[in-house]
Amino acid sequence: MPIKAQLFITCLAEQFYPQVLVQMVDLLERLGVNVEFPPEQTCCGQPMFNSGFQSEARGIATQWLRAFSRSEAAIVSPSGSCVDMVRHHYPAMFPEGTPEHELARELAGRTFEFSEFLVHSLKVTDVGAYFPHKVTYHASCHLLRGLGLREEAKQLLSAVHDLELVPLADEETCCGFGGMFSVIYPEVSRAMMEAKVRNIMASGAGAVVACDAGCLMNIAGGLRKVGSQVRALHLIEVLAAQGGAS
Amino acid sequence: MNQEAHISETPTYIGFGDYSTHVPGNIPTAVQQATDRFLSTRAARVAEKANWEELRRAAHEIRLHTLLHLDSYLEQVERQVTKAGGHVHWAREAAEARTIVIDIAKRHNVKTAVKVKSMATEEIGLNHALETAGIQAYETDLGEFIIQLAGSGPSHIIVPAVHMKKEEVATLFREKLGVEAPADPLRLAAIARATLRERFLTAEMGVSGANFLVAETGTLVIVSNEGNGRMCTTLPNLHVAVVGIDKVVPDWDSLTVLLNLLARSATGQKLSAYTSFITGPRREEGENGPQEFHLVLLDNGRSRVLQDPVGRETLKCIRCGCCLNVCPVYKSVGGYAYGWFISGPIGAIFSPQILGVEAARELPFASSLCGACADVCPVKIPIPHILLHLRRRVVEGDQFESPAAPAVLRTGARLGRLALATPWLYRLGTRLLPLLQVPLKRDGWLPALPPPLNRWTKVRPLPAFAGRFRQWWGKRQGIRDRV
Repeated sequence: MPIKAQLFITCLAEQFYPQVLVQMVDLLERLGVNVEFPPEQTCCGQPMFNSGFQSEARGIATQWLRAFSRSEAAIVSPSGSCVDMVRHHYPAMFPEGTPEHELARELAGRTFEFSEFLVHSLKVTDVGAYFPHKVTYHASCHLLRGLGLREEAKQLLSAVHDLELVPLADEETCCGFGGMFSVIYPEVSRAMMEAKVRNIMASGAGAVVACDAGCLMNIAGGLRKVGSQVRALHLIEVLAAQGGAS
Repeated sequence: MNQEAHISETPTYIGFGDYSTHVPGNIPTAVQQATDRFLSTRAARVAEKANWEELRRAAHEIRLHTLLHLDSYLEQVERQVTKAGGHVHWAREAAEARTIVIDIAKRHNVKTAVKVKSMATEEIGLNHALETAGIQAYETDLGEFIIQLAGSGPSHIIVPAVHMKKEEVATLFREKLGVEAPADPLRLAAIARATLRERFLTAEMGVSGANFLVAETGTLVIVSNEGNGRMCTTLPNLHVAVVGIDKVVPDWDSLTVLLNLLARSATGQKLSAYTSFITGPRREEGENGPQEFHLVLLDNGRSRVLQDPVGRETLKCIRCGCCLNVCPVYKSVGGYAYGWFISGPIGAIFSPQILGVEAARELPFASSLCGACADVCPVKIPIPHILLHLRRRVVEGDQFESPAAPAVLRTGARLGRLALATPWLYRLGTRLLPLLQVPLKRDGWLPALPPPLNRWTKVRPLPAFAGRFRQWWGKRQGIRDRV
């Protein structure tokens, strides 16, 4: 029986990175996964949750649970942060013993971040991609510390043909996005982003790869602001690269 | 606006946001250099300790157990200190603690006091209170000596003057001490030492805090690197220690676990240069130490924090400062942004609970929730979890406090929920945004947006809205259905 996966596209990737989502579908299908798209999905509620608006976040979480409970398939997302939200915060948002709590726990158990799904569920590291460039990797905070995924994305990158993975100084330091943090304290966010951009430019890489739309928007914007030619790419964009084109 | 000058006083409002818009440019550079050095030595010490994670778990258990049984351990402290010949005082609030210390000093005709670096006395603003009472208090830790000269407070838990470069210290010494001071750390330390030597010998009172308080024997534990701690607690005839009630550890076995973690986490040392154990005053003539020893146990809101099962883990803190060293927010703004004696991630969860969310409502939001602090905390304080808990307290209120956030935010959050929990409305927005943005779009980016989104675009452009995935998926399904 083929493996099935529901796409959890996340609001940020939907609004800003549709090409990543298209490539995600292509990649999963190439790996033999039967892809489903629950159309009722919106956002995981993290902006409200992280701002302290627990009851508003709960309303959005309820909608998310409804959207993804219609299928038995695994839930796969191109964002470590959103998966961390579903896996670690959803169950605690509903009192134990309630049907919502049970559903949240059940869905949390089959929600995976993209690199995690490839490496651990599909047991794939070489997807046959070709990307003849020097690349560096930024470890997104919630992917790394929330989900504990330190090596998976780098394993996938290392298996890409002709890709040279170069180290990034302070790879595991936050880029300064932090969701609402970036608009509540823009100057602090700026200082953190600028430090990240300096390190990326010093790495000598032509592209920086991350696994979260939030970090990518922040880093890409920062690179553009200083007129850098370094591209900020989602892991999926690199894994989808075939032949000489990039 | 000038948070630096008032850092030792109890603040009525902490403007993290205001401060963050004009951080003096020299601060982040100095802070980053010092904290990076601590982190790299810490990493080396942690790597050589095979049972590090085991120690952290044990420390977490010890600290939580102590907090949950604090009443009986505190009584044990009182019994043991009294038995050793010391005097124990209980201070509910900062003002009460200040009064107790001043009364003791006045009874002994104290004119000058020498101080060991102590966060508890910074918390209660003791120096200023002593000065008002006509008693000159001299800080003797080099860092504290520097910031006292500068007229400011500590910007880091263990390195009070971390924000200053040696050149700035030299200028300060020239101005305030009237001596020729080169920008050479050794020479600067020698100047401070010469100034302090006389103060040690003439002061009538030594004031300290404590890193730990061992209930088993009533022993005060002071960890330091400069030797000033021993001078302050042995030379004057009177020693007054102001200690937060959260500093108690049950016994010497527990202390051993915590001492194994403290210096390694703080400075990357296996053990600090001096670890002093003080049990009461001297027992007989000829023995070193003061004739009188007073212990002031400071609550100042801690017993209230203990009522909160989530928030109380804050009180497990052993003040190593490691969460500051690893925090990209702290490293960008420095300690004064946090507006009180305690800064960084631990300050962001401590101050709102002690001062209340009305005064410190900005602090729980002063974090990107990156989680680096929780990863290094030697006693495993779940700092991001507590930040979220306090954010909820600020916007929604809880059984401990009423909300402190403006109502307009609540309205915004409700509208956000409406848009995000109503699929058709969300889909409509997704289709409209790419159309609405057209006049502002340049080359696939939005370089400038109207308020409140200008708070994003003043820092970097926003990628253009491109919500077309659903159309792509719909078309593809249509084609598939036809085949």
